[in-house]
Amino acid sequence: MNAWVGVELENLSIRFGDFVAVRDANVNIRGGDFFSFLGPSGCGKTTILRAVSGFLAPSSGNILIGGKNMKGVGPNKRPTALIFQNLALFPLMKVWENITFSMEIRGARAAERRKRADELLEMVALTGQGDKLPAELSGGQKQRVAIARALCAEPHVLLLDEPLSALDLKLRQHMRTELREIQKQVGITFIYITHDQGEALTMSDSIAVMRAGVIDQIGNGRAIYNDPATPFAASFVGENNVFRGKVVQIIGHEALIRTNRSGEIRARISTANLGKLQQGDSAMVFIRPEALDMAGADLEGDHYVSARVTNEEFEGDVFNIFMEGDGGKEIKVSLPNRGQSFESHKGRTVTLRYDVKNAVAMPAGILATE
Amino acid sequence: MSQLGSRIGVQIYLVIFFAYLLGPLVIMSVTAFNSSSFPSAMPWECLTFDWFRSLLQDSRIMNGIRNSILIGAGTVVLSVLMGLSGALVLMRIWPRLRATYYTIVIAPILIPGVVLGISTLVFWDRINRLLGLGPGSVLSNGLFLTILGQSTFIASYCMLVMVARLQRYDETLSEAALDLGATPAQVFRKILLPFMRPAIVTAAVLAFLASFENYNTTTFIFGEYPTLTIELSQKVRYGVTPAVSALAFIIVALTIFIALANEAIRRRRELVAAVRSGASVTVAAGGRVTLPRIFSGNISAVLVVAMAMGTIVMIGTASVYRPDQCIADLRQEKQLAAQKRAEELRRQRDAKTGGTGENVGIDPVTSPAAPPRSQGGGFETVFDPGVLQELGN
Ligand SMILES: Nc1ncnc2c1ncn2[C@@H]1O[C@H](COP(=O)(O)OP(=O)(O)O)[C@@H](O)[C@H]1O
Ligand SMILES: [Mg+2]
Repeated sequence: MNAWVGVELENLSIRFGDFVAVRDANVNIRGGDFFSFLGPSGCGKTTILRAVSGFLAPSSGNILIGGKNMKGVGPNKRPTALIFQNLALFPLMKVWENITFSMEIRGARAAERRKRADELLEMVALTGQGDKLPAELSGGQKQRVAIARALCAEPHVLLLDEPLSALDLKLRQHMRTELREIQKQVGITFIYITHDQGEALTMSDSIAVMRAGVIDQIGNGRAIYNDPATPFAASFVGENNVFRGKVVQIIGHEALIRTNRSGEIRARISTANLGKLQQGDSAMVFIRPEALDMAGADLEGDHYVSARVTNEEFEGDVFNIFMEGDGGKEIKVSLPNRGQSFESHKGRTVTLRYDVKNAVAMPAGILATE
Repeated sequence: MSQLGSRIGVQIYLVIFFAYLLGPLVIMSVTAFNSSSFPSAMPWECLTFDWFRSLLQDSRIMNGIRNSILIGAGTVVLSVLMGLSGALVLMRIWPRLRATYYTIVIAPILIPGVVLGISTLVFWDRINRLLGLGPGSVLSNGLFLTILGQSTFIASYCMLVMVARLQRYDETLSEAALDLGATPAQVFRKILLPFMRPAIVTAAVLAFLASFENYNTTTFIFGEYPTLTIELSQKVRYGVTPAVSALAFIIVALTIFIALANEAIRRRRELVAAVRSGASVTVAAGGRVTLPRIFSGNISAVLVVAMAMGTIVMIGTASVYRPDQCIADLRQEKQLAAQKRAEELRRQRDAKTGGTGENVGIDPVTSPAAPPRSQGGGFETVFDPGVLQELGN
């Protein structure tokens, strides 16, 4: 493969009439990366992808592929291949004809196409299925054909629009690994769209979290999970407990926040919000269920919250405890199952401990609704 | 009880319905094989294939068929092209204009064919004059005018067929092809056109049939190219012969044959698809006659073959069968019957004049004259060979 081709979005905005589907997006996708756009449905992910592949002209801003501005370049002239949300396999063509459609366009001979189709079929584990029609394949097989067809065009950037959303859970998890392997094998840039944070976290080198046309945060999975930039990112990616309150005191990179129900909480200010919190501001603190524990020995760096237990459940790998939180949302604690006996605390007020580095504070904002 | 009653009611209804639908066709087909010179089925005379022969020898009918096929072919090409492009425009046009556009394009279906015929004639005549061309120019040629005139409304039918198919087209297929490097022209040729193929075939058949049977538009513009319908209507004005029934029989048979063949092919394709996708086709076996693969569960294929064999048998019979003997016998029979009747009547008259002539004070000269006069036509013509010919044929 030639030099890796990256994609840049510069102040990209896309409007449909008065409706702003994408607002001022700035993203720099490195060549060879597996990059994901993660956001709830309707937030503008497909719109961005269609703009990158050339089906939509940006209302303002630029799209650069491999450093070249794509303004005025049609979808058939861009070094991208899009895997559509509904796959869009050609129903009247056999699998091998589907896969090598891009070669047919360039006038390749049938024998040559057939040979290439067989190579690609082998790569996506569909050897021997070339003479079937798309309608004769299962969902997962169609998925692979769509991938093979896109790869046959030898794009520098492969765009995937929620390609796994139609598959059942088992197959989806299997395809995750497979996609990632294919990406490593062909070594081209993948831009992947999903509303499933599990997919984004497991596959991506880098993730952009989107909310209603706006990109909230860009970073690798760990950064987004451990150090969210906005309340939306914190609540959309993975489970999170939220505590609302007012800033009492700022101590370096930490803040003391008086919560509405759970007393004073000491938390680390998230990297993106350093310097943005002042005493008296409304703030939110996020602590993940697995970062909370029943209070035990008084360890260094530990801090505490207290709340009344309302419910408990055994989930197998974890034991979940639900407690009264503020704003109607309960606090969830997940205790890993290591064979210990869990005693019931239902109805009692318990004290929980956490590590300050696992409590993230930021200015109050909009949460992801579920 | 009432359920049974209603079921019988439905069955009776169905019988009446199909009798109403197919009865005229059946009776007309029968008349094509009856030697009676007026198309009739009921007093069955002799089986004959002569009407087919006289049909083939009728140069005006044959010429009409040729013109109809020529015009039909032209109309198919023009209407399918216009219908397809009309449908494509409809799917892409600015949504607010769509309703208006649709109304305009569909309007020709609602306009009486007569009006379309006259306006085609007038319009092209004006154009012809405007361009200063003579009466012999292409623009006043009957072939040209008829194809154009018929296409005005047949194209609308074609468009409706195309729109129905296009509405099921997934636009992302075009986008996928574009994305893979195809030019818009390649997308049209390699993706959209193959998808539209069934609709194009349907529209073409529809267009041909509509053109073939058209009369009221064509009648104004056919010029030097009278179509079959025009020829038939002119012929019927001077009386119908069973040769017309023979033609109708051929058309009906062809229609059924094509429809069945189409159905058979479709079934076969479905069967093949089912086999390909791995669904096991249960073939009824055990004591039953096993049909060849194409026929299993495919009644249409069986019927097509039966019809084809029937046609071969019929043509074979027609080539050796001579109805002359039967017709001669019949003529003789009729002659005999007529003679008998005449004799009967004479005897009656004789009996009347002999028995009552003297008793009743009626002038013997004038009294017998009265009844014969009322039946006189019959008496005199019975012995007229020319009239007999007419009765017997
Ligand atoms: N062609 C269009 N015209 C008007 N609105 C559109 C169009 N395409 C998308 N939208 C709107 O833009 C928003 C983002 O859509 P989309 O990018 O498809 O979301 P998703 O993140 O689920 O892929 C949605 O609210 C959608 O209704
Ligand atoms: Mg989408």
